Amino acid sequence: MKVVVEKHPLAIRWFHWLNFPVLALMIWSGLWIYWANDVYRLGWGRTTLLKFFPQSFYAAFHMDHKLAQGMSWHFVLMWVFALNGLLYVLYTALSGEWRYLLPTRRSFREAWQVVLHDVGLRKEPLPPRKFNGAQQLAYTTVILMGAGSLLTGLAIYKPTQLGWLTTALGGYEWARAEHFALTIGYVLFFLVHIAQVVRAGWNNFRAMVAGFEIQDVPTAPTETTAPAAPSAATAVRP
Amino acid sequence: MLPETPPKLPATPEEEAAALRAAATRSRRSFLALGLAGIAGLAGWRYLLHTPDADGIPSGLRGVLDANARLSNAYYSNTRLAPEFAAARARTPRVNGHVGLDEAGFDPAAWRLVVQPYGRSARQEFSIEQLKALPRTEITTELKCIEGWSVVVTWAGVRFADFLARYPLATRSGQPLADPNHPAADAAPYVGLATPNAAYYVGLELASALHPQTLLCYEMNGQPLTLEHGAPLRLVTPLKYGIKHLKRIGTIRFADQRPADYWAERGYDWHAGH
Repeated sequence: MKVVVEKHPLAIRWFHWLNFPVLALMIWSGLWIYWANDVYRLGWGRTTLLKFFPQSFYAAFHMDHKLAQGMSWHFVLMWVFALNGLLYVLYTALSGEWRYLLPTRRSFREAWQVVLHDVGLRKEPLPPRKFNGAQQLAYTTVILMGAGSLLTGLAIYKPTQLGWLTTALGGYEWARAEHFALTIGYVLFFLVHIAQVVRAGWNNFRAMVAGFEIQDVPTAPTETTAPAAPSAATAVRP
Repeated sequence: MLPETPPKLPATPEEEAAALRAAATRSRRSFLALGLAGIAGLAGWRYLLHTPDADGIPSGLRGVLDANARLSNAYYSNTRLAPEFAAARARTPRVNGHVGLDEAGFDPAAWRLVVQPYGRSARQEFSIEQLKALPRTEITTELKCIEGWSVVVTWAGVRFADFLARYPLATRSGQPLADPNHPAADAAPYVGLATPNAAYYVGLELASALHPQTLLCYEMNGQPLTLEHGAPLRLVTPLKYGIKHLKRIGTIRFADQRPADYWAERGYDWHAGH
């Protein structure tokens, strides 16, 4: 028997879908800004494994000579990014959604099991909870990264008036590097996130848009004990 | 799934079918709403980007930059200083701008600083010796280029605030600005500086000019300024990006309106710092 189960509250869906294009444009305009002093690389000494970024990358996306434009976009959209993030945190705190999202002591161990499961090394099913340990860690980390982007961004935006912040982050140049590293972090998060969403399938994706999932519930012989039927609903709270 | 609200199981197959039909409708509406919101967002952003040009960027974006500046000006305080460093860390900054410096036959020895006092027409001239006679201040701060690089440099010169404390140029009443943290009510809100040939020009709020780390600078890393770094006199302020560190100051004037700014006319934020 199929049953409609509520999954994501409307507010969280809106926060999520607003953040997606805004963060994308923040990264895009950030690349226009970064182009003007593109000094970061992965490597040691004279060995460079990966330069951020090869000339061909800027050329392919016409990212050169757009510093002023990039700064203007960045300092407009920062408001949407920051306010949306603050409202999300406020909402999860007040609504109690944080209970599903914050990692617990078990989350780290469980996250490892999820990784083993996802690469096919572990056959046991994943915990039937809204968010498993790996998700709790990932979704909490990405919010902390958002806070990090906000703080490192402010530190390089107002390095004198917020000099205490700039100094706490290791100085102006470190704050800029941290701001950049966090951006690379979002891109990595995005790649894993998309892969997992594709893998989890339509039901899961629809829940992020429409809010509900359709679950298959074994038809119980005694229909009077309805509340016990959806096994997932009895899952332990995080 | 929410443990607090266990889903209600349909009692009959008809009820189940009805619930699934309702879910399908809800799903369709949600996707439609998301799509429309996306189109509306895109349209809104495109609208903003197509507002009339305001010095190189759409006026919609320029308006937000100015609002950001009003907010940061409200927080601004002259008592917050940029970090200072050991002089040993100082390096020679790269020469990144020549605008205004290519005047043929410029003679540093004949140079005079020309100041247009606030609200008065008579100009005043100052020789480099007069400026060097004022209290000398040396600071080692980070020069931050708007391109994203930075370099620690030791600068020496006279604080703009000390210059205005000695010469009453920034007030209508002709009173010197004794306390830079509380400038007189009749002080000019803005300062404009330009190269002698007026090809490069920057504007500052008076508060930034009066910051204790804002210098009329004549020495860099213990040596007299070279021409390519702005001799005989340049502006230095760690509050602002390098684009505001005007080299070879020719004229200073005090103004009621935001003075023209070379890079602000080319798409950059007029305030460019703090």
